[in-house]
Amino acid sequence: MELVAGFLESTMRYAAPLCCAALGECVSERAGVTNIGLEGSIIAGALGATIMAGVAGTGAGFVAGIAAGVVIAAIFAVFTVWLRADQIITGTAITLLALGLTGTLYESVYGTGGVALSIPTIGAVAIPGLSAIPVIGHAFFAQPLSTYALYLLAPGLAWFLTRTHAGLALRAMGEAPEAAIAAGIRPRRTQLLAVLFAGGMAGLAGAILVLAQAGTFAERMSAGRGFIAIAIVVLGRWNPLGVAAAALLFGGASALQTLFQAMGWSGIPYQLFLAVPYLLTLVVMATSGSAGTSRPQRSPG
Amino acid sequence: MTVDHAQANTRATILALTGITQRFGSVVALDDVSLTIRAGTVHALLGENGAGKSTLMRVAFGMLTPQTGTITVRGTAQRMTSPATALSLGIGMVHQHFTLVPGMTVAENVALGGHGRFDPLAAAAEVRAVGATAGLTLDPQAVVETLPIGAQQRCEIVKALAREVSVLILDEPTAVLAPQEAAELLQWMRRFADAGHAVVLITHKLRDALAIADDVTVLRRGRVVYTGAAAATTQDQLRIAMVGNAAADVIAETVSAESISAHDRATAAVRPAARPAASPSDTPVLALTQVSVRDARGAMRLREVSLSVARGELVGIAAVEGSGQHELLRLLAGRLTPTTGQVTRPEQVGFVPEDRHRDALLLDAPLDENVALRGAGGRRGRMPWRMLRAATAAILSARDVRAAGPSAPARSLSGGNQQKLVLGRELADRPAAVIVENPSRGLDFQATAAVHAALREARDAGAAVVLYSSDLDEVLQLADRVVVLFDGRLVASGNDREAVGRAMLGAT
Amino acid sequence: MMRSLTNWLTSALLFLAAAVGVLSLLLLVTGHAPGPALAALVRGSVGSGHALSTTVVRAIPLALSGLAVALAFRAGLLNIGAEGQLLMGACAATAMGGVMATLMGGSTGSDLAGGSRVVALLLILIAAAVAGAAWAGIAAVLRRRVGVLEVISTIMLNFIALSITGWLVRGPLQEPARINPQSASLPQGLQLPVLLPGTRIHAGVLLAVGLALALWWWLRDRASGFRLRAVGGNPFAAASAGQIAVAHTTLLAFLVSGALAGVAGGVELTGVTFALYENFSPGYGYTAIAVALLARLSPVGVLGTALLFGALEAGASAMQRDAMVPSVVVSVVEASLILLVVAADRWRSRGAAEAGV
Repeated sequence: MELVAGFLESTMRYAAPLCCAALGECVSERAGVTNIGLEGSIIAGALGATIMAGVAGTGAGFVAGIAAGVVIAAIFAVFTVWLRADQIITGTAITLLALGLTGTLYESVYGTGGVALSIPTIGAVAIPGLSAIPVIGHAFFAQPLSTYALYLLAPGLAWFLTRTHAGLALRAMGEAPEAAIAAGIRPRRTQLLAVLFAGGMAGLAGAILVLAQAGTFAERMSAGRGFIAIAIVVLGRWNPLGVAAAALLFGGASALQTLFQAMGWSGIPYQLFLAVPYLLTLVVMATSGSAGTSRPQRSPG
Repeated sequence: MTVDHAQANTRATILALTGITQRFGSVVALDDVSLTIRAGTVHALLGENGAGKSTLMRVAFGMLTPQTGTITVRGTAQRMTSPATALSLGIGMVHQHFTLVPGMTVAENVALGGHGRFDPLAAAAEVRAVGATAGLTLDPQAVVETLPIGAQQRCEIVKALAREVSVLILDEPTAVLAPQEAAELLQWMRRFADAGHAVVLITHKLRDALAIADDVTVLRRGRVVYTGAAAATTQDQLRIAMVGNAAADVIAETVSAESISAHDRATAAVRPAARPAASPSDTPVLALTQVSVRDARGAMRLREVSLSVARGELVGIAAVEGSGQHELLRLLAGRLTPTTGQVTRPEQVGFVPEDRHRDALLLDAPLDENVALRGAGGRRGRMPWRMLRAATAAILSARDVRAAGPSAPARSLSGGNQQKLVLGRELADRPAAVIVENPSRGLDFQATAAVHAALREARDAGAAVVLYSSDLDEVLQLADRVVVLFDGRLVASGNDREAVGRAMLGAT
Repeated sequence: MMRSLTNWLTSALLFLAAAVGVLSLLLLVTGHAPGPALAALVRGSVGSGHALSTTVVRAIPLALSGLAVALAFRAGLLNIGAEGQLLMGACAATAMGGVMATLMGGSTGSDLAGGSRVVALLLILIAAAVAGAAWAGIAAVLRRRVGVLEVISTIMLNFIALSITGWLVRGPLQEPARINPQSASLPQGLQLPVLLPGTRIHAGVLLAVGLALALWWWLRDRASGFRLRAVGGNPFAAASAGQIAVAHTTLLAFLVSGALAGVAGGVELTGVTFALYENFSPGYGYTAIAVALLARLSPVGVLGTALLFGALEAGASAMQRDAMVPSVVVSVVEASLILLVVAADRWRSRGAAEAGV
């Protein structure tokens, strides 16, 4: 039981930032923009959160993280939404740009020595009653506030996409842009807002990494989470609830290494466990039919 | 059916376009065009492809902002900056290529563009209510991509009506419909106008225009060349207005027949064209024997179809959208293998698909590479570029393709010149069979004439030619023999326009 | 021909100037004096024989993996997986090198006859190519059989390749003493020969130039190369008008692309590092995307942009050493270059679209 509870806790830990970034990307992709530069928004969010939290506390840190993610996404949007440049090429460049910028800024602000940086983190808030449920209670209901926000966001976004006119407009933009334009929807504005939202969510993911988990910043600490989030969106079939489930699955796969270590399985090398989540993503995508192509992701121009 | 024109003349102007000039780069698409639409009328906007009809209406619908000119709605000058503005002023448009979201339901499509919360039940109720008032039946829960083309068009109209439009612009609405469906739609337009609204009917079919319109305006090369009451206008006047005096004389024989004399031939025999000198032999060049095709989703697209086409024969296929003609043509062209049954076809088949941008051209590649594309699948070794460039130059001059040369990118050519290039490429090695699909779609008048001439020439030279066009008149005009495809089967039909039209809808 | 070359040079210089502008701005913002930093950048990349040698050595893996990316993109495949393919190539080369070293029975191999040295090196590089092709082949099969987008699968495969490398250098391929997480060094006889004595420029540079020319010729002159470009240009037209077996062509492009990236790993191992370790590649496979894009996917152009990026990275090390500027700053320059090219392309095509209607 202890093991299972521990496994679930570490699942949540891996899943939370991924879920956050993937939910944003889900909205962006439904509007017809795939942001391969998500990684850039995450790392920018992490650095933004680090700098501001050190100066003005964790609350300001979260705000700064989101803002930094939005700024990076805005650069992406200038190229893809405004200039209609290739999304993959631009996204690749944006990732490179953000990794370079954050690295340079970090080393300039905190020095190149790699001094262990310690940043205040937000603690877990246990929900009375729910957190006392055996095995799962602590894992799911003694979480940082940011996780609870995700609990609300996933169904909220699902509702938004299917039960509001703005959601319909956004989906129409992704699926049939000409139809959306003819219906009086402003294409650039719709896609811009979607991309900025995704950037904000990715920035928040970066802030969660720093302020709810690591308590420190490291160059390249986003460690490919932006790319994984994109895979999670595909896994979750572009549906917010599916995306949340896929993020949990991925979190679980990542947590396996912790579980097996705890169980004393030293036979399988730790390095290979690191590959499990990626392998699992490939396997699930391969076995769930034409997962990668089940919805056309296109954009006018 | 026609209204009292004395009374109609006093009707209020609901929409006026004045002095509209629209340029794209150096090309003047509309040159000082004015148009007045009155309440309670159907206004037919005529002209050949490329005359500026759709451009003018895109201006009226706020999709284009002209360089000069004013738009007045119910007496008030308006800045029409987007479709949203147009809709808010009561102007709706049904585009030739539908603007529906395929994966969404009818109700969602109709609700698109609204604000605030979306309630599926309320939206469905609205679709039913609007449909009932207008006499258009639709299932609000149906996903659009599963609907037949006629129902998709009704969905487009309901979408506009739900916005309470009083001016409805329809761009070539009958082009995709079978004759009976088209007739119903025209009657519906009449009723809609009689209720005090206005309809702008964009068409190149004189028959449709004169059947229901009150007013007629003809555009040619971006200018208004005729405007007047339909009742006071003859077909000859319109024809001359559309193509110009000189051109009318030259081309009347070959092309105008399909937009004009098809009407006169409505009850005549299907095969009116005089047979050329070369007579068909009895050797089938193309043959399908009991062929069935099941698509990737498992739906039957063709059911036990048998067909043979002889040397020197031009067979026309008549069918409404989605009847299996897409698959039939690709079987004959060797681009699709049948699920069951046998296909006989020669080694060399020329194939001109309807979507040339998607299926026939490398838009960003130079013309010689586009010519090299034919047969690239079986080529071995080196690419003989020198030879290919010469062959391309030969096609450019033989087919009168206006291009800077073999190195010009395909994208730089106009639609008509692209089509002439594709046709030239596919016919260059004198294939024994030629398969063409909507070969004149989107082409202007001269390009259409050139395409038709090329097809006849290939037939006369002994090729087995199979043509499908969504424009029944084009099929009737060109074909030696017409076969009708309905729901994946070849069905027997009478040989006049009426009978073919009925067979296309599955009626006998 | 001359005019297009001049145009190309002019625009390349303009882009470079703009990127240097961005760099200077960033340096100012982060409190570094641009002058000395840029001077260090130039000194470290082209300022001396040693600097030039570093630049060329840095450019070799970028050129080879850049060719891999350019080829895939030409075929319409978004192969983001050059990094993983490069790593797997390096792993296979290490394994094959180990086998060769065993066969040589512990000698340093410096006495190896010319012929057998060539054969041994060839076998190592072939192993690298096969491994890279196989790794790309996984993405090809996933796309063809079950429709998994290669953008996603190749990224996943990059992470998996990194894990496998990490495991191999602590497991099967670890050096005999089992202390450091790295493989045994290749004996001298299994190292690529140095071309210019006194520098580190190795025979890999010939391979990169040769492969670039071969690729250029193949794409331009051979039917199979034309098919690959046609599929990349418009797969629907390639299938319909060209009756090209698109799936087959795509698979071929994946395999050749993977093989090129694999060779990049093999060349880096036999020419520079001589041993495999976890951070064997400082992201060559990702930078390769920038290299290929900046070269407009032209194989010969890749040689030029690889040199440029090699110079940037060599200069960045000097900048870090002499002016205390974080070397990661070159990522910003590389990204700015790509974005500038993208923006210029879009402006141009917009202008063309408006004039051409």
